[in-house]
Amino acid sequence: MSDSIFDHDHHFPAVELPSDIPAELLRKAPLNLPNPAELEVLRHYTRLSQKNFSIDTQFYPLGSCTMKYNPRIAHTMASLPGFARLHPDTPAPAMQGLLQVLWELQEWLAAVTGMAAVSLTPAAGAQGELAGVAMIRAYHAARGDHERRKMLIPAAAHGTNPASAQMAGFAVVEIPNLVDGDLDMAFLDQHLGPDVAGIMLTNPSTLGVFERRIADIAARVHGAGGLLYYDGANLNAILGRVQPGQMGFDVMHLNLHKTFATPHGGGGPGAGAVAVQERLRPFLPLPMVTRSEEGALRWLDEGDLPQSIGRLSAHGGNVGVLLRAHAYLRRLGRVGVGRVSAYAALNANYLLKELQRVGYQAAFPERRASHEFILTVSDLQKATGIRALDVAKRLLDFGIHAPTIYFPQLVPECLLIEPTETESKATLDRFVAVMAQIRQEALAQPELLREAPHHLPVGRLDEALAARHLDVAAAQ
Amino acid sequence: MPYIPHDGLETAAMLAAVGVDSLDQLFDEIPPNLQVQDMALPEGLSEMALRRELEGRALSNAPLRCFAGGGAYAHHIPAIVWEIAGRGEFYSAYTPYQPEASQGTLQVVYEYQSFITRLTGLEVSNASLYDGASGLAEACLMALRIQGGQGDDKSILVPENLLPGWRRVLDSILGLQQIRLVTVPYDRVAGTLVLPAEAGDAAALIIPQSNALGLLESVDVLTDWAHGHGLLAIAVVNPLALALLKAPGDWGTQGADMAVGEGQPLGIPLTGGGPYFGFLACRKAHVRQLPGRLVAKTVDGQGRAGFCLTLQAREQHIRRGKATSNICTNQGLMVTAATIHMATLGGHGLQRTAVLCHERAVRLRELLTVVPGVRLPYGGPFFHEFVLRLPHAAVAVRDALLGHGLLAGLPLSDWGMGEAGDLLVCATELLDEADLLAYRDALTSVLETL
Repeated sequence: MSDSIFDHDHHFPAVELPSDIPAELLRKAPLNLPNPAELEVLRHYTRLSQKNFSIDTQFYPLGSCTMKYNPRIAHTMASLPGFARLHPDTPAPAMQGLLQVLWELQEWLAAVTGMAAVSLTPAAGAQGELAGVAMIRAYHAARGDHERRKMLIPAAAHGTNPASAQMAGFAVVEIPNLVDGDLDMAFLDQHLGPDVAGIMLTNPSTLGVFERRIADIAARVHGAGGLLYYDGANLNAILGRVQPGQMGFDVMHLNLHKTFATPHGGGGPGAGAVAVQERLRPFLPLPMVTRSEEGALRWLDEGDLPQSIGRLSAHGGNVGVLLRAHAYLRRLGRVGVGRVSAYAALNANYLLKELQRVGYQAAFPERRASHEFILTVSDLQKATGIRALDVAKRLLDFGIHAPTIYFPQLVPECLLIEPTETESKATLDRFVAVMAQIRQEALAQPELLREAPHHLPVGRLDEALAARHLDVAAAQ
Repeated sequence: MPYIPHDGLETAAMLAAVGVDSLDQLFDEIPPNLQVQDMALPEGLSEMALRRELEGRALSNAPLRCFAGGGAYAHHIPAIVWEIAGRGEFYSAYTPYQPEASQGTLQVVYEYQSFITRLTGLEVSNASLYDGASGLAEACLMALRIQGGQGDDKSILVPENLLPGWRRVLDSILGLQQIRLVTVPYDRVAGTLVLPAEAGDAAALIIPQSNALGLLESVDVLTDWAHGHGLLAIAVVNPLALALLKAPGDWGTQGADMAVGEGQPLGIPLTGGGPYFGFLACRKAHVRQLPGRLVAKTVDGQGRAGFCLTLQAREQHIRRGKATSNICTNQGLMVTAATIHMATLGGHGLQRTAVLCHERAVRLRELLTVVPGVRLPYGGPFFHEFVLRLPHAAVAVRDALLGHGLLAGLPLSDWGMGEAGDLLVCATELLDEADLLAYRDALTSVLETL
């Protein structure tokens, strides 16, 4: 049985192209895409799907990615024809149902984050970051404060932070973290000044610990005239318990595809709603939804918000993802939202203790884990040469997705582990048992790890060859 | 507890293993004054109650026969497309950073890249970007990197008849980096682009096919002009139209350098504006300047064929502040659906669909232009969209036709283009002869009463 779609090609006569379009504007040759039968398509892609790990079939202890269960009701609701068939340019009076959902989501996300206002339009976390830092820039510019060209970012931050700051025209200054995981305050003080636009932080940090001096940091940054940006990637850790607005942050994005249960979908789509304090409201990206006193809903545009940083997509953003987030929040409600962080923290701290019990080393053993934590296998590397990569690949053989590895880069041979609140104690216990076995294997039969995975459709791939002999499209 | 599996005994055992007395104690490193007591969220709903509430909201959006386009199009999506794309193994899979556990997603993206290269006539396609408009912004940044523009001498030639929503995205994103957008006007009689007087310091010319008025541009001439002046040619194209129209790789003497567009017509529901996906294709020589994920075919240690992400040193998770873009996510699930959509229709089906769209639009134009008072401001060739000039404000006519169950089109005045009576109308394969006649009759009756 062939596993290439290009092998399923039935012959059809050439399609006659319209005669009222000049020939020089038409295709030169028939479109060379395969013509499989519907059942062949069905089987091909069903078989491909079976070569994937997924939340529906495997445990993903994948740090910083919040791979939790994505309730199916949210998918079903987003797929209702009344939403799915709506053209984006439908006049507002004919799409009040959708606008009501979006308006409520704006309100609820403002409540969750402790912020004054929300725009739902950014298409993903990184676009939310770009919108956020663009608002910081617009805020300073509107005050005639044009010298603030620097953005401070911890060395352990997600790669998108410096990339977004760069894209918004800022120069990036990296701040180191101390050995206990907190930020280096002396370094911060040294670099704060009239040229600093702001600082981008996530809290808890990517080191899996809560930045305890956040109020102090906020006071110092604000004191120097800068603003605080909150990267919402780790919001699952504090959902319903701590509001970024209350910590002193001025602007943030939320990863609705992580915290609010839109699935990763093999790499997207996401949604990166942004939330701001009152003083940044005029700069929010468009469109947003507003409601009149009579309850009529409409889009806000440039006339309403002349200082807006503008538009980031041709329409209103990833509405389908927003519908899922709305359904999820409505289903959980106030109490359910608070449970998310409580059980995410319980699962993480339990797993940390259990993995330490079977011999693994924590990167920050003195600290409470947030929703995730870091192990280092430097000891294994010294003893047998086994690396974090080998442990990760061996886990795949047991039907468990690899944790995030080699991030953050400042902890050597690290595994960043985030179990999420939706996994049961039994799943975590099995993971611990497998990790214990892998540790034994690493010491007794290291080659078993080095050659892993053994039981998947392919083994370790030659990525150097892939880059050298670039084959990125099937030859015709 | 919704979606949390712990029972009381398990919770107690886990707390004991951690060495704390309560869930609250897990947050003892967080200063108490930062912990909130309450927030303004509603009570949770059962799945049953949630469904009832949201079905009500969905039903309150008026069901309309769609004659609107302007960058988002109503097409038939075969049942098989979302049946498979919605499978948990695709729907809930992670980004394919562990290739051994992601061969399904990776092969789908490789097939997607292959299909896009064949549609566009270019050699490389990335794994997708957020949408067409932000994809065009990325293409402009890519052109500037290729051309090596520095300092204040960075600009892009942007046609005045590019979709205005796309232009506004370029303004927002490129404006952050002091890139000047120089507008290329269109001929007010023909509706198509006039060759720019000069190239200035521009890195590229954007060429829309079709333009915002639905008209086909003389892409060969425009591409050759760009190359003749040392500019790159960026094609902005509808992927379904490419089943019919000349591939950007064949434009002019050398072909366009990049092709970018909104992937929504390939199996993605309209859903009020997104999620869609942007595609971006280029020449192999420029692949290292391409933003976003890219999948390559390779082999494992035993020589078995497999797929992996490649040239990741372009991307933010490796290169951080020096990456080609800050983009992390692609539109994975949308690409999965689009790939299955293209495979289901096949090359033949895509071409047939494109021809049908064109035939429906030609027929609709014929029917509507005999309605008294209705004129056609532009006469040039088009794909499946055209402008009508109505004897009343297009906004008023559009609103009146809502009462007839029709979304009649897009008033150009909403975009600040054309005249008050101009309405951009689209027809696709979804509309049959009865729908077209219903539009004619409704328009006749509305124009008589306005």
